[in-house]
Amino acid sequence: MKTSAQAGVAPRPEAKVVAGNLVNLAADRPMRLDCGLEIGPFNLAYQTYGSLNRERTNAVLICHALTGDQHVANAHPVTAKEGWWQNLVGPGRILDTDRFFVICANVLGGCMGTAGPMEINPATGEPWGLDFPMVTVGDMVRAQILLLDRLGIESVFLTLGGSMGGMQVLELGAKYPDRVFAAAPIATAAYHTSQNIAFHEAGRQAIMADANWRGGDYWKYNTEPHAGLAVARMIAHITYLSEAALHDKFGRRLQNRDVLSFGFGADFQVESYLRYQGSTFVERFDANSYLYITRAMDYFDLAADFGGHLADAFQNSPTRWCSFSFTSDWLFPTAENRAIVKALAAAGADVSFVEINSDKGHDSFLLEVPEFHDTLRGFIEGSAAKRGLAR
Amino acid sequence: MSHGRRPGGGGVRPDLQVVADMVAPGRRVLDVGCMDGTLLAYLGAEKGVDGRGMELSQAGVNACVARGLSVIQGDADTDLSDYPSASFDYAILSQTLQATRRPDRVLVELLRIGKQAIVSFPNFGYWRVRLALAVQGRMPVTKSLDRPWYETPNIHFCTIKDFVELCHDLGIRLERRIAIDSDGRVRPFSSRAASANLFAEQAVCLLSKPAR
Repeated sequence: MKTSAQAGVAPRPEAKVVAGNLVNLAADRPMRLDCGLEIGPFNLAYQTYGSLNRERTNAVLICHALTGDQHVANAHPVTAKEGWWQNLVGPGRILDTDRFFVICANVLGGCMGTAGPMEINPATGEPWGLDFPMVTVGDMVRAQILLLDRLGIESVFLTLGGSMGGMQVLELGAKYPDRVFAAAPIATAAYHTSQNIAFHEAGRQAIMADANWRGGDYWKYNTEPHAGLAVARMIAHITYLSEAALHDKFGRRLQNRDVLSFGFGADFQVESYLRYQGSTFVERFDANSYLYITRAMDYFDLAADFGGHLADAFQNSPTRWCSFSFTSDWLFPTAENRAIVKALAAAGADVSFVEINSDKGHDSFLLEVPEFHDTLRGFIEGSAAKRGLAR
Repeated sequence: MSHGRRPGGGGVRPDLQVVADMVAPGRRVLDVGCMDGTLLAYLGAEKGVDGRGMELSQAGVNACVARGLSVIQGDADTDLSDYPSASFDYAILSQTLQATRRPDRVLVELLRIGKQAIVSFPNFGYWRVRLALAVQGRMPVTKSLDRPWYETPNIHFCTIKDFVELCHDLGIRLERRIAIDSDGRVRPFSSRAASANLFAEQAVCLLSKPAR
C-alpha cells in the first residue's frame, strides 16, 4: 500500500485534522490472533479529529459498533451522510475537538479500509474472502493498541463506545489497564447473550442462503449477496429499536395507499422502512465482513478470559469507569450493563452507572438523548479535571 | 442545647457539615445514599477525598454523574455486598439508616467496607416527636421527618438511645457522638445520651469496630 508509509508516521503534536489515514501495522512482527493464526503486515484505516497535545494526554479513542466505521464526525465517503457520532464530536461539543484528539479506527475484519475479507490477501493478490482469519473483539483491540503505539500514545484519556464498541472498551480496560485513564462502555455487555447470538445467526443464514453469496467467493462472479445482507440488516435493525419506538414512528399506518393491497408489497410503513434500511445498508457494507464481525461479537465473553470471574478482569483497575444503559434497550438491557458495574465495584474500581430513560431502544446511544449527553459530559469533565486537562 | 456551637463552613446542611468534619483529608470515602452528591462534591472540593457514591434513585445518580462524581445506583440493603472489605477509609450513611429494611445488617456491612463508618439519622426521641405522639396523638412531621406516614420512605425509626444500644449489641464502638438541634447547633453527647435523646433532632456518629 503506497499510502501506508506516509500515514504510518505519527502526526505532529500540532497536526490539523487529517482525513482518511491508513497505517500499515505488524510489519516487523505479525500479530497473533485468538484463533491461533497470525496476521501481518496489515492495514488499519482510521480518522482523527483535533490535535494531540504536547504531553500526549488528550487522546480519545472511540470504538465503533458492528456496522459503524471510522467516520465518526465527517461526511461518509460512500453515503455522504454526516458522521454517526457527529452530535458528540466536534468543536465545542461534548468530545470537543478543540481540546481532545479524537481517534476512531475501522475494526479488524471491517470493510472501510482496514484488513478484512474484502481486502486483498497479500499472499494471493486476491480478496481474502473466507480465507480471512476469524477475528475476535480481543483481536480488534490488539490492532488498536498497535495503532496507539504507532501514534506514540502511551495512555488514552478516554475510550468510549456503544454496543460492540462497548465490548472493545471493556476489553481495553481489562487487558490494557495502564493505557486507559477513563472508560465509558455504553449499551453493551460483558458477553454476548444467547438471544443475541440467535439474532446474529439468523442474519448470517440469510446471507449464506443468498445464491449470490457463492460460499463467500462472490467477488469472483462479480456479484454480491445483497438480498441476504439486506434481510440480515432488517432483522438486526428491529433489535436496535423498541416496540414503543416502532409504534410511535409507524403504528399500523399504510405506505402510499389507503387500503390493503391483499398482496406482499410493502403495505405498511414499517415494512417500507425496513426494506429501505436493508437496501441502503448493502451499498456500504460487505456481506462477508458482516459474517466476521457478528461472529466476533458472538465469541465475546470477557469473564471467560479471567477464569469465569468478571470481577477478576478489573482487579486493581486504575481506570475511571462510567457505564451507560437505556431503559428500552432489549438487545443490551440494563441488567447486562449492571452486571459489569457490579463486577467493577467488586474489584474496587472507580465506577459510575447511569441508566437513561429513553423509548428509542438500543439505538439511543446514537441519538440526541439529552440526559445521556448531560451525564456523559459530566463524566468526561470530571475525568478531565482528574487528568489535569484544562477546560 | 443552647450552648452548642454552630458548625463551621458554609453552604452545606448542618448534618452534612458535621459528617464532613469527621472525615480526615485525602481519604477514600463511600457515601451510601448520596442523593444529589452534595456531600461528595463538598468532600472532594474541601477535603480532597477520593469519593464514591451509591444512591437508590436513578435520577439522583444521573445528577451526581452529570456533576462529575463517581456514583452507581444501588440499594443499601442489598448492594453493599458487592464492595470488597476494607476498601474505603469511611463508609458514610447520611439520613438513610431509618429507610433501610435491616439497619443492623447495614451497619455491619458499612464497617466491613469502611475502616470507619459515619452514620447520621433523625432522632425519634426528639421532644417534638414525642409531643406529636403524646399530645396530638398523631405521627410526627418535623423538619427532618417531613413526610406523612403513608408516603415516607422511613420504615425503621430509632431514638438516639436505641441507636447507642444497637451499636453496643453489635460490638460497634462509637468514637464520636454529635447531637444536632432544630436550629442546627451541634454538641457532643455521652454514651448515656439522656439529654440528647430528648433535645437533639438528629445525631451523627463516627463508628468503628474494636480491634480484635
